[in-house]
Amino acid sequence: MQDAIIELKGVSKFFDDACALADINLSIKNGEFLTLLGPSGCGKTTILRILSGFEKPSSGEVRIAGICMNGVPPEKRKVNTVFQNYALFPHMTVAQNVGFGLKMQGLPKDEISRRVAEVLRIVHLESFASRRPAQLSGGQQQRVAIARAVVNNPLVLLLDEPFSALDFKLRKEMQLEIKHLQRKLGITFVFVTHDQEEAFAMSDRVVVMDQGHIAQIGTPEQIYEEPENLFVARFVGEINILEAQICEVRESGQYGAIIDGALFPLRSRHTFAQGDKVMVLLRPEDLKIGAPDETDGPCLAGVIEESVYKGATVDIFIRLAGGQRLMAAEFFNEDDAEINYNPGEKVSVAWVDGWEVVLPDDPGHTDARHGRD
Amino acid sequence: MIRAIRMRVMGGTSRFFRIAIALSSLWLVLFALAPNALLLLVAFFTRSDEHFVTPVLTLDNYIRLFDPTFLTILWDSARLACIATVICLLIGYPFAYIMANVRPNRRPFLLFLVIIPFWTSSLIRTYALILILKSKGLISELLTMLGITSGPVSFMYSDFAVFIGLTYTMLPFMILPLYASIEKLDRRLLDAAKDLGASSWRAFVHVTVPLTMPGIIAGAMLVFLPALSMFYVPEMLGGAKSMLLGNFIKNQFLVARDWPLGAAASSVMTIALILMVLVYSRVSRRGVRNREGGRGSGGALRSEGGMR
Ligand SMILES: Nc1ncnc2c1ncn2[C@@H]1O[C@H](COP(=O)(O)OP(=O)(O)OP(=O)(O)O)[C@@H](O)[C@H]1O
Ligand SMILES: [Mg+2]
Repeated sequence: MQDAIIELKGVSKFFDDACALADINLSIKNGEFLTLLGPSGCGKTTILRILSGFEKPSSGEVRIAGICMNGVPPEKRKVNTVFQNYALFPHMTVAQNVGFGLKMQGLPKDEISRRVAEVLRIVHLESFASRRPAQLSGGQQQRVAIARAVVNNPLVLLLDEPFSALDFKLRKEMQLEIKHLQRKLGITFVFVTHDQEEAFAMSDRVVVMDQGHIAQIGTPEQIYEEPENLFVARFVGEINILEAQICEVRESGQYGAIIDGALFPLRSRHTFAQGDKVMVLLRPEDLKIGAPDETDGPCLAGVIEESVYKGATVDIFIRLAGGQRLMAAEFFNEDDAEINYNPGEKVSVAWVDGWEVVLPDDPGHTDARHGRD
Repeated sequence: MIRAIRMRVMGGTSRFFRIAIALSSLWLVLFALAPNALLLLVAFFTRSDEHFVTPVLTLDNYIRLFDPTFLTILWDSARLACIATVICLLIGYPFAYIMANVRPNRRPFLLFLVIIPFWTSSLIRTYALILILKSKGLISELLTMLGITSGPVSFMYSDFAVFIGLTYTMLPFMILPLYASIEKLDRRLLDAAKDLGASSWRAFVHVTVPLTMPGIIAGAMLVFLPALSMFYVPEMLGGAKSMLLGNFIKNQFLVARDWPLGAAASSVMTIALILMVLVYSRVSRRGVRNREGGRGSGGALRSEGGMR
C-alpha cells in the first residue's frame, strides 16, 4: 500500500464568498491516527466533509489511496464517517444499523450477520444486537456508530467530535477505547476535536488549524513543546509570554537576550539579528520559583500575587518587576514547605536552560485572543 | 401537541385548557359520537314507511348487505378509492418532498398552492372540472388546437374522470401530513446512509420511506376514507354508471328511504375507519419512539453495557 492514504493538495473551500479552507496541503499516512484540532469554525468539519465527499473543494485535489476523488460521490468512496450526533437509523435494530453498509454492498446475508456479530463483539455490544438505538445509552450509541463504520473495512475512518455528547468520565474511557480499537484494526483514523487534551491523548499526529489555515502539523510533543507560532502555543495550553531583545548572537542558534533587565541565554531554531525584538514562551510547569537570593544563573525578580490550589498542582501567579504577570504550575507536595508562598513574598523566577521557545515578535500577541473556547 | 396539552391539564395550572377540553369534548360527543352511535343502532332496526324506522331489532340489514349488487358496489368503491389514494400518494409524495426541501422562504408559497382549493367549495370545483373535461371543454379544445385529435373529445363519465376528480379533491389531504413527516426527517440520516454506500434511491427506500411512514399512512387514510364515501364526485363526473358506496348510502337515505340499510352500509365504513386508525396509531407510536431515541439521550442503561 502507498505510504500516504490521503493527500490534500492545495484544497480551498469557499461558501459563497466566505473562505472556510485556504490552500490546505496535508498528507495522511496509512494507519496513522491523525487529529484535526482547532477552535470552533476553523474548518475541521469542512475538511472531513470534503474527504467523505459531501462537500466539493472549490479548488485543489483530494486523493485517497492514490486516486483522485474529485467528483466521486460519498457512496462510492471507501471512507466511512462517525457522525457527531451518531446519526443512527432509529427504525433499525443495532444489528441492522451495523449491517447497513454491508447490505448496500450486496453481501450475502450469512456473511453480513457473521461480520456484524464479530464487530459487535469488538465494541462489547453483542448482547444489544436486537435493541433499537433509542434503547441504548449515549456511550452505547456511540459504539454502535463506530461499529457501523468500521464493519465496512474503510480505508479511512472519519470521526467528527464523536465524544461531544458524552460526560467527562465516559469521554476518557471512550478515548482509550477508540485508540486501542484503532491500533487493533490498523485503519487510518482522522479525528476532529477542539479539545487539545483529547487530541494529545489519542493521536500520532495533530494538525492545528486556525481560520481555514493549517497552523502546525506535528506529534503531540512537537505541538506542545515546540509550537511554531503564537496561535499554536496559546491554543494547546497555558503559556507565559515574555518580551525580550536580542543583544548577542552566539554560534548555531544561541543568543543572549535581555528580559526584564537581565541577560538570559536563549536557544532558537529561528535566526535573529542583534537588536531584534523576540517573544520568549514558557509553559507554567517549566518555570522554577526560588528564593530571591538563589543565584545559580540568571533569573527574574518578582512578587507572589496569588496561589491557587488545583489538587495535584498549585498555580502560582507572580508579578514581575517590569509589571508583567506570570503563571507557574508546581506539583503540590504537603511535606514540602518550599512552595508554600504567601502573597507579597519576593521570589526569583528561572527555567531549565533550553526549554524556552523563542519566536519573532508578533505585535498582536497582547490581544485577548486566548485560543481556549 | 396533544401530549403537551394533557401535561398542562394534569398540571392543573390552566383553567382555560380545562374549559377548552371540556367544550370540545362536549361538541364531539354531541355531534360526532352521538350520530354515529345512533347510526349503529338504526342499522339493527326495521324499516318503516311512516317514521323511517321502527325499533324492532333485526340483523336483516346486514344480511342484505351480502347481496351481490352491494358487494359489487363495495368492491368497486374500494378499488376506486384505493387507486385514487395511490395516485394521490404518487403525486403528493414528490410534491411534499420538494416542499420540505426547498429554501424555507419559498415554502409558504408552495403551501399556499396546496391550500388555495379550500377557498371554494369542492362541489363548485367539481363543476369547474366538468368544464375542463367535457366535450369541447378546455382539454378537448387544447388537443384539437394542437392537432392531436380531429374533433372534440369528452373525458366525462368515465373512471378516468372520477380519478381526476378524486385526486384533485383529495390531494391536499395527502400532501399536508406527508409534508409534516418529511419535514421532521433528520437529513443527517440520509448523509449517514450515503456514507455507508447507499445510492440516493436506496437511501430513500431504506431510510426516508420507513421514517415517513406515519405521514404516508395518515395521508392514505385521509384520502381513502373520504374517497370511499364521496358521492358527488363519482355522480357528477362518472355519471350514472358508477354507483359507489357513497352514492349507495346517500340513495338509501334520500331516495330509497331505507334508513336501516343505509345505516348498516355506513357502519361498515365506520368499522373500516376504526381499524385503520388503530393501524395508524400503532405505526406512528413506533415512529415517535424511534425518533425520540435518535437524539442520544438517556444514561439509565449505561452501566449494563459498560466497558471491560
Ligand atoms: N454549508 C455552509 N454554508 C456556509 N458556510 C459554511 C457551511 N459550512 C461551514 N461553513 C462555514 O465554514 C467555516 C468552517 O466551518 P466548519 O463547520 O468546518 O467549522 P468547524 O471547525 O467544524 O467548527 P466546529 O468546531 O464549531 O464544529 C465556518 O465559518 C462556517 O460558518
Ligand atoms: Mg465541526
